[in-house]
Amino acid sequence: MDDISIQIEDKSYLNSADNSSKQIIKNLNLSLKANEFVCLVGHSGCGKTSLLNILSGLDLDFTGKINLGSTEPKMGYIFQSPRLLPWRTVAENISLASSCTDESLNFLLDSMGLSHEKEHYPTQLSLGMSRRVAIARAFATDPDLLLMDEPFVSLDSPTARRVRQLLVDLWLKRPHKVLFVTHDLREAITLADRLIFLESKPMTVLKEIAVTLPRGERDNELKIEQFKQQLFIDYPEIHTLL
Amino acid sequence: MRLQHPALQSSLSLCLLLLLWQGLAAVLKTATLPPPLLVMDILWAEIQSGQLTHHLSATMGRLAFSFSIAMLLGCAIGISLGLNKTLDRFFDSWLLIFLNIPALVTIILCYVWFGLTETAAILAVVVNKLPNVIVTLREGTKALDKELLAMAKCYRFGLLKTLQHVILPQLHPFIMAATRSGLALIWKIILVVEMLGRSDGMGYQLHLFFQLFDVASILAYTIAFIIVIQAIEFLILKPLDKHAARWR
Repeated sequence: MDDISIQIEDKSYLNSADNSSKQIIKNLNLSLKANEFVCLVGHSGCGKTSLLNILSGLDLDFTGKINLGSTEPKMGYIFQSPRLLPWRTVAENISLASSCTDESLNFLLDSMGLSHEKEHYPTQLSLGMSRRVAIARAFATDPDLLLMDEPFVSLDSPTARRVRQLLVDLWLKRPHKVLFVTHDLREAITLADRLIFLESKPMTVLKEIAVTLPRGERDNELKIEQFKQQLFIDYPEIHTLL
Repeated sequence: MRLQHPALQSSLSLCLLLLLWQGLAAVLKTATLPPPLLVMDILWAEIQSGQLTHHLSATMGRLAFSFSIAMLLGCAIGISLGLNKTLDRFFDSWLLIFLNIPALVTIILCYVWFGLTETAAILAVVVNKLPNVIVTLREGTKALDKELLAMAKCYRFGLLKTLQHVILPQLHPFIMAATRSGLALIWKIILVVEMLGRSDGMGYQLHLFFQLFDVASILAYTIAFIIVIQAIEFLILKPLDKHAARWR
């Protein structure tokens, strides 16, 4: 797959109350290489969701250029909330969004620990389970580009850790481009090849840093913490973001 | 024995109503309030002679036809207005006007303009019901979950899949509300339509009985009517509700 380049000159929202316009994104340049896992780190509410909506084609109202490569990539989008259809079963929710075979559906549900919930309706699931279904749905599309918008917020930390591990496992099994939005630096270090720090109001790139910590050592909390402290020493400017 | 079973409760309360009717009729001894047994006799005789079946099926046919047209057209227009703000603002005043035209006026105008024909009768019923369906479905469409629509777009559901799996399940309660209020409304309007300009149907018959002051026959036809409405509720609407609520 080709690299993806993103140039957004301006994204503004019109405030209908007083007709003023508020700039959310200004001169943002990003690129994603093949099979790269990139984490976007910044304050909540700095415009990261707007960026993902532009990338996914949901929001067309901006000035700039998005180059997704010569062929349109298959996209998976894991939203901040699970966004499952409550009137369709878990299996239906996944198969509606993709054309995956029964076999790969069962495999995905199995690896997400959801094989018993296959015929359940989302209203019968806990939030953690619903999030896992949303992740399974995104993976079922066999995406070339996966967009994730703080998918693990409001999960308790053991569940979050487990689902994070699952995400990395699935990604390692079948690598593709991932753009992962978070405000949790430890989470970002655990997952990413590269970190992009974003300044807010309006949003623009502050710093790009490669995560040099080997993936094998990332289940070690101490190593993550050390890497994080070292980042603060090497790049004092990111302090203001966290 | 305790009165807890719902079926037992409702049949007991029905019996009480019949008893009251019987008691009142026995005390008053007037032709304008015949006792229940006499009404049942007439009902049976009307069924046997085929009269009731003939007029009831004429009314049912008109009901089914005008109801289907009003629902299909109303859903299509209502959903379009709900999705398109400009269109909605433009036609809002039309809707308000049509909602407030008295049923009788529409019926008279239809007969005057299009003659005492079947088409005019159906049209009059549809025009009366349509604004109601449109408003209900428009409000339902405005309340659609934008996040789920965005999800469907992102995962390339396409129009048909989005309609079937995302939009219609959310509109179901609104469609059912329009159906129930629609049936109740159409029943009443259709009788007036038949009374004014048709030579068969329940409305025509009731009008005839009114001229003859035949209260027993009027009551017999009313009972047949109530039974049909209850049958529609229990055999069609309730199962539909149950099917749609299976995920709740």
